[in-house]
Amino acid sequence: MSHHQLDARRLLCPLPVIRTQNRVQTLEPGDTLEVICTDPGALYDIPAWCRMYGHEVTGTEQTHDELRITVRIGSGGG
Amino acid sequence: MTEPRKAVALISGGLDSMLAAKLIKNQGVHVEGINFFTGFCVEGHTHAIRASKQDKPKRNNALWSAEQVGIKLHIIDVIDEYKDIVINPKHGYGTHLNPCLDCKGFMVKKAREWMETNGFDFIITGEVVGQRPMSQRKDTMPVVARESGAFDRLLRPLCAKILPPTLPEREGWVDREKLLDFSGRNRKPQMALATEFGFEDYAQPAGGCCFLTDGNYTRRLGDLWEHRGDKRYELDDILLLKIGRHLRPRPHFKMIVAREEGETNFLQGYRRDFTHLFATSHSGPLVLIEGDVTDEDLLLAARLTARFGQGRSADQVTVEIHPRAGVSRALHVSPLPPNEIPESWYL
Repeated sequence: MSHHQLDARRLLCPLPVIRTQNRVQTLEPGDTLEVICTDPGALYDIPAWCRMYGHEVTGTEQTHDELRITVRIGSGGG
Repeated sequence: MTEPRKAVALISGGLDSMLAAKLIKNQGVHVEGINFFTGFCVEGHTHAIRASKQDKPKRNNALWSAEQVGIKLHIIDVIDEYKDIVINPKHGYGTHLNPCLDCKGFMVKKAREWMETNGFDFIITGEVVGQRPMSQRKDTMPVVARESGAFDRLLRPLCAKILPPTLPEREGWVDREKLLDFSGRNRKPQMALATEFGFEDYAQPAGGCCFLTDGNYTRRLGDLWEHRGDKRYELDDILLLKIGRHLRPRPHFKMIVAREEGETNFLQGYRRDFTHLFATSHSGPLVLIEGDVTDEDLLLAARLTARFGQGRSADQVTVEIHPRAGVSRALHVSPLPPNEIPESWYL
């Protein structure tokens, strides 16, 4: 199990989800992926995408200009 | 027990594709959604950028509608491949720069490739005969089926009963009697079906969901191509066309003027790539300049920048200029009076 980061800053909906989806396909169940983004739409979109595929959002952090969404990879693929 | 047949549904985020997917899922078919991101999608971007749109839900409607239907959604980036469709549409443009028929053919072709790669059996769309003047006519629907290579594996559940039976119907993978006969631009049947399915909230984009059907947007795109000397674009180009006021005071340069705080924040991310200006003596917008400019051009741009800020009525406004390459400086300028800004400068 390993931890990974994905820089999706400055990308607008739906690109943060597309990048997340593509990155998750390369990871193993149990790995975690921290997605750093600036589009507030990601706060809805990434958890919605995770629900569809059985991945778990384990944390979200929001600062003035950045969001960090951490996903634990399940076995549903991407 | 036999495995259920599998259908891939083109999900746009609008109501029709959502209904089509639900109709087929209700027949026991395994349905997964696919959505193609071209860069021209209306939803999301402007809502994410503009502070005045903050009351709108910040969500991707395709994801949201797939979740309502209870299917997985695959979002595919087709930005680069899609350029050829926008630049050289075989079937031409609609009212603006919308290559609707080529676009539909392209998306069904991509769905067909995905279907073949992933072992699915057929494709479904939310198309309705007579709903769109270019791509959803009875005479153009077969063109999409043929040119995409999907042929009779392309099923349009909302209007299937008024079209020839497709393979999934002939083979009994779906029951044709449970499909529909919608036609024309009347939305009432779709709304009634939405109620029946319990869909209470769904996207209803006015004028479609693609910027290429928007006259204001495509005028800017046409201007971009004309002044570049050829039809080409990158993702940042087409994103910037969505943001701010665009003015072309001289043939060799264009200004992008943020209209509000959200747009200013978004344009901040492009400062390193553009000569940019902003007032320091008064509140005002961030302005990007595209093109090579002389000192005389910069003076004009500074006066325009002053015009669009809080100092518009002041005698003098201080404007900082940050060239893309070179040393920053400040100019003290009088705002350009409105009667000296011809309407033709606005794109």
